[in-house]
Amino acid sequence: MKKWSVLTLVGADQAGIVAGVTKALAAADCELGETSMMQMGGNFSMMLRVRHDDIDLASALKDICQQLNLHLHIDDDVDGKTEAEEPDVNITVYGADRSGIVAEVTGALADAGLNIVDLETAVGGSSDKPIYIMTIEGKACNGVDALNDAAKNISAGIELNIVPIQTLRA
Amino acid sequence: MAVLDIICYPDERLKQESETVEEFDQALKDFVADLEETRLAGPGAVGIAAPQVGMAKRIAIVDVSKMKKPVENHGYLLMINPEITKWEGMGKGREGCLSVPDFTGNVIRAEKIHIRFQNTDGEWTEFDTHGFEARAIQHEMDHLDGMLFLDRLVSRRTDLFQRKVYKK
Repeated sequence: MKKWSVLTLVGADQAGIVAGVTKALAAADCELGETSMMQMGGNFSMMLRVRHDDIDLASALKDICQQLNLHLHIDDDVDGKTEAEEPDVNITVYGADRSGIVAEVTGALADAGLNIVDLETAVGGSSDKPIYIMTIEGKACNGVDALNDAAKNISAGIELNIVPIQTLRA
Repeated sequence: MAVLDIICYPDERLKQESETVEEFDQALKDFVADLEETRLAGPGAVGIAAPQVGMAKRIAIVDVSKMKKPVENHGYLLMINPEITKWEGMGKGREGCLSVPDFTGNVIRAEKIHIRFQNTDGEWTEFDTHGFEARAIQHEMDHLDGMLFLDRLVSRRTDLFQRKVYKK
């Protein structure tokens, strides 16, 4: 019986991590679903949904994790749903960097019905005047107007752009 | 009239360039009627192109006049041998395709275009259009050149500040 698991792997960045890990998974007859992989500072992080014959994923990845010094965490998938929800709103946020921007913005938007599908943040600007940048794709469960209302209460100095996504079906 | 079968990627016919329509006859009118019926059968589809039903001819239909959230439009557009003669601006939008079920992705398209095309009698029309209608036309015309939106996917990180950059 096939099952889905979610793998998280993190380690010092170097060339060949994706190739090494996915080769080991392919050798163990694992199929990949959605994945998200990126450099984060000097680390490389990977999250992968994997479908497999209920094998011991930790042993399948033991050698490659040792070789590349990767930390591995394994979760059972909560269900077999294969698709993420389709976002209907795109939100970009930026402002002079300080702690609490993500907490404030996502807190206000969550209260207004935002279900986040995808969120990424980065720090840019010069080192003495850093800016924090966040992009969000999500589902506005209470409509985009509710998000616009919530945005009015965000602190001055944080810029929010909320743009509905109208998906073209053709 | 009939609903035709939609062919899906990886069917190779979707990657072929379509031929110019030269015969403006009853068979063309019949095919166009079937193509429109097929579009209407695809849930919420604002466009369809002949290659999506396995016909390698330069024929496409776009109609964005019935969106739940209305957009500016020129109504029902049957486009035979369409050509885009001007492009302006760029914008990112999310697209899906009857021939690529269960996936949507971000694609960059021209914001404004000038389009010319023939009708089933071979008469030419031309006009400027923009926004969602222009996007739909570009999506359909790509089919005529053997291109899918998958060929134009961009990363989610592309174009961080869409509205700032593309504000009119």
